[in-house]
Amino acid sequence: MMRLLFLLLTLTFTLGLGQSMASAEFYEFETAEQERRFNQLTGELRCPKCQNQTIADSDAPLSQDMRQRVYEMIMAGNTNAEIIDFMKVRYGDFVHYRPPVNRSTLILWFGPLLAFLIGIIVIVINVRMRRNDAEAELTAEEEARLRAVMAAGDSNESKKEEHTN
Amino acid sequence: MSPKLRLAFFLMPLVLFLLVAVFLFKGLFSDPTRLDSALVGREVPQFELPDLYQPDVTHDNRIIGTRPLLINVWATWCPTCYAEHTFLNQLLAEEQVYIIGLNYKDDSRGAAVRWLQNLGDPYAINLFDETGLLALDLGVYGAPETYVVDQHGVILYRHVGDLNERVWRQEVGPIYYRAMRDAGLPIPEHRRELVL
Repeated sequence: MMRLLFLLLTLTFTLGLGQSMASAEFYEFETAEQERRFNQLTGELRCPKCQNQTIADSDAPLSQDMRQRVYEMIMAGNTNAEIIDFMKVRYGDFVHYRPPVNRSTLILWFGPLLAFLIGIIVIVINVRMRRNDAEAELTAEEEARLRAVMAAGDSNESKKEEHTN
Repeated sequence: MSPKLRLAFFLMPLVLFLLVAVFLFKGLFSDPTRLDSALVGREVPQFELPDLYQPDVTHDNRIIGTRPLLINVWATWCPTCYAEHTFLNQLLAEEQVYIIGLNYKDDSRGAAVRWLQNLGDPYAINLFDETGLLALDLGVYGAPETYVVDQHGVILYRHVGDLNERVWRQEVGPIYYRAMRDAGLPIPEHRRELVL
């Protein structure tokens, strides 16, 4: 029971914190769709001043200005793509949390895939190496030695048996 | 497996390690807060802003594109701008650098005017951007920032942070004076080395 209570309390607080907006601004929308787009866009645009926050999270004056501009553009009927392009022209690709594929972001997009491929290659080579070892055929000389060793082992065994008897 | 392949296989972790090490080592010396302006190579955006001293006088793009110049973004709430101000005065006094001041979202017009009266006014023209209109179009994300604009009104460079002797000599000065040379304007004797 205590456990359940604790879990519920933890959930309440963490979820609540995650959703709190940094500032106490109030924007009035005409439709729920506009509000949804506002929340989506401000959660997708990065604050250039405080670089690890979205403009929805950040309390920097610059983020306030950017939120205001996003709001104005939504109310003026601009599409999401237009608003994002507007910000990109001014602050660079950096401002959008979904970076485009280009030369400097190649490693970002394909790095994980590359690591995965390298892993696969390592595993394949490794498995092959083991199989090769297992199936290796002995030369005539090696086979003779093997037989000699095994024969010696056998005679030892029989000697031991004699002793115990 | 041939011995060569086997060698390559065993060297792979070392090679990967070296690659990552070089990448991370370079990261030690890069400044993550430095952003390249998206506006380099473009014209200064359209604007219409009041003069700082005279509210009834407005300036627009016609003040740009006549000669190479700097646009310096500043505000009285910005401590680094204070540190930078002496150097801007020096640029005007010793090199006649043409600087347009963009007062960015200042506390009040009065505070900005007082600042210039007390510390000296290095700006040829003073723009008063109360709401950050032009600053947003320029992609300003902090003050001070300095833009180098050529004689055609195209932005050549953006420097974020204060201007000082080192930055001027190594980064901003050469770009400004190359634009001056291209425009056929004189370069002070002691700065000729910057465009060589």
